[in-house]
Amino acid sequence: MRPETVIIVGAGPAGIRAAMVLAEHGIRPVVLDEAPMSGGQIFRRQPQGFTRSYAKLYGYEARRAEALHTAFDALGPRIDYRPGALVWNVEGRRLQVLRDGVNETLAFDRLLFATGAMDRVIPFPGWTTPGVYTLGGAQVALKHQACAIGRRVVFFGSSPLLPLVALQYAAAGVAVAGVFDTTPRRAKIAALPGVLAGGTTGLKGLSYLARLALKGIRYHHGITPVAAIGDRTVTGFAYLDAGGRQHETACDAVAFGYGIKSEWQLADLAGCRFAFDADTHQWRVETDAEGRSSVEGIYLAGDGARIAGADVAAETGERAARAILADTGGPDQGAALSTIARRLARHAGLRQAIDRAFPFPAHLAREIPDDCILCRCEAVRAGEFRAAIAALGPDEVNRAKAFSRVGMGRCQGRVCGPAAAEILATELGRPVSEAGRLRSQPPVKPIPIAAFQESKGDAA
Amino acid sequence: MTEPRFMRVGETSRPVIRLAIDGDPVEALAGDTLMTAILTRRGQLRMSEFGDGARAGFCLMGACQDCWVRLGDRRRLRACTTFAAEGMEVLTGAEEGIDAP
Repeated sequence: MRPETVIIVGAGPAGIRAAMVLAEHGIRPVVLDEAPMSGGQIFRRQPQGFTRSYAKLYGYEARRAEALHTAFDALGPRIDYRPGALVWNVEGRRLQVLRDGVNETLAFDRLLFATGAMDRVIPFPGWTTPGVYTLGGAQVALKHQACAIGRRVVFFGSSPLLPLVALQYAAAGVAVAGVFDTTPRRAKIAALPGVLAGGTTGLKGLSYLARLALKGIRYHHGITPVAAIGDRTVTGFAYLDAGGRQHETACDAVAFGYGIKSEWQLADLAGCRFAFDADTHQWRVETDAEGRSSVEGIYLAGDGARIAGADVAAETGERAARAILADTGGPDQGAALSTIARRLARHAGLRQAIDRAFPFPAHLAREIPDDCILCRCEAVRAGEFRAAIAALGPDEVNRAKAFSRVGMGRCQGRVCGPAAAEILATELGRPVSEAGRLRSQPPVKPIPIAAFQESKGDAA
Repeated sequence: MTEPRFMRVGETSRPVIRLAIDGDPVEALAGDTLMTAILTRRGQLRMSEFGDGARAGFCLMGACQDCWVRLGDRRRLRACTTFAAEGMEVLTGAEEGIDAP
């Protein structure tokens, strides 16, 4: 028996590999991707008419990026690829999809979420000032638009992206005012054996540090961000060094981030069960060893399932596709699944070392000053959030959201959610895993009402 | 108005397109997002609806929703995920009674 309709949401490394495996086995999946071009974020393609080479765009990852793009393009009519498609709701066995301004209802039998991730941030004073971006955003500007976010840029946070994006900016000829890591040097040293044991991927990461040093760019350890300075535009970055002394570095842009977080809103709407992942310090969708969620027929892969980077994403994309094949009466996938499991096991040690080298500094969220904006959608300050908690006594984040509007803006708490949960947990005197998880709401991103005039009369 | 925020570091031989930002005619390059078209001209993208000042986008991947602008026909668009096109009339917030950045 063959599945009637398999839909893959997301065309990054996980979604692409899954589509390839399904196509090899004679299944023609529908591939819905919000972006106009496949590749996802880390292997995001530049628009048509741009001419930079793969080597220039992706550095060490050039061959991998090119192979991924080429493989996807070669699928051609063997998949039903629909770029520019925003999946904004899941109801039972149906997706609501907005594409070219028109809403469409798509039924599925099997559904794979390969929805990727976004930057995880912790608000700090001045973070809404023009010129402050996420690390991933700074990278997108460079890769996708051949633009720098400023002329003299500070990079800070705790993220594998930190040395990488700083180096990419330096290589593009942009002045890097400094790289500031919130993780103490001793934690980096403790993670070193695991990184070294991680083979070429680990060595590549270390080489970023060496190349920054060769360019004369200082990598500071154990800093505490104080503020992005400036009124209508960023003019400096204030921080405490590892010894607690305050400094200020002149810059006209700041890029920061604390790793990445899964985009799991659709899996939430589908009713999938969640678990708190201690290693990455965030909620993730529960899956079995082959990517099956708690909801029959719904699978997850890639960073949308658990943060682990592009290599692992491709492996878990293949794994989920093979699980789909096995679950629909296809040929036995046992041998292939064992091979994937062995490859993933090799990644696991490095992944753990990276999580240790770039830990999430939850204390920075707890210490956000009262007058600092927490929710950038609606400009709600941390003090207003704390006051609402003190006055009304919410015992989990969704109640706290109702009382404060933190997490109720256009981004649905994607940006402020992690920090808000830390603050609430602190006020409740509980671990953050017991402060709850912001529920997702359809539409998962803002959509125009006009789309529904077009869809009138659709069979529901 | 502050200095332009984004700095082009390459890919500058693309065809020129013309659009208007808050009525000002500007040139951009084919393949620019609206965000790039605006921020290679200006320091800010839009005003926060909550009175806390100007914004210039944040995540650049369609997640944070902090770069919404409007077209002349009042359609709302995310500046980071929408390509600029010849003849577009982009409004950054002035028409809502909020000061343009």
